Amino acid sequence: MTKADIVNALYEKIGLSKKETSHIVEVVLETLKENLEKGHKIKLAGFGNFVVRQKVARKGRNPKTGEEIEISRRRVVTFRPSQILRKAVNQP
Amino acid sequence: MTKSELIEQVAEKIEGLTKKQTEIIVNEVLESIKNALASSGSPRVEIRGFGSFKVKQRRSRDGRNPKTGMQVSIEAKKVPVFKAGKELRERVDVGSAE
Repeated sequence: MTKADIVNALYEKIGLSKKETSHIVEVVLETLKENLEKGHKIKLAGFGNFVVRQKVARKGRNPKTGEEIEISRRRVVTFRPSQILRKAVNQP
Repeated sequence: MTKSELIEQVAEKIEGLTKKQTEIIVNEVLESIKNALASSGSPRVEIRGFGSFKVKQRRSRDGRNPKTGMQVSIEAKKVPVFKAGKELRERVDVGSAE
């Protein structure tokens, strides 16, 4: 499933054009990205939480060559699915 | 940020869009991702620029109740996972440079 599939399934249901719906979905995604960029946690009830975590620098290894490399300090986004989402993917 | 704060921020950015309409859209988007992940096979939802969701199979394993120390078996299950897309990854990491 892609963004286009989401828009296609959605626009008729809400009575807006495909173009408008697509624009709104983009604004939703952009707003999520802006907030994560600022380091904010996003809590979407019933779906899950997106959290920005600071990772410390550590030594790693190139698994192909065995060469040791420095993995720098960085910020990453992690997702914690809600119980509802966890249950949904396990429904028989 | 909570879902209602997200809805407020989105509605503010688009002229003529009500909070109610925004709420419906946000909920429908989340619902369609959830339904796709709940479908059989190995579902994958790709939202370019943001990230992708898929479902991973976890094997059964032996675990322990951390309180009582009692051994329990943890059944095989599926878990939803998210991987941030390139744009999101880069923007979040650059945000730490300040």
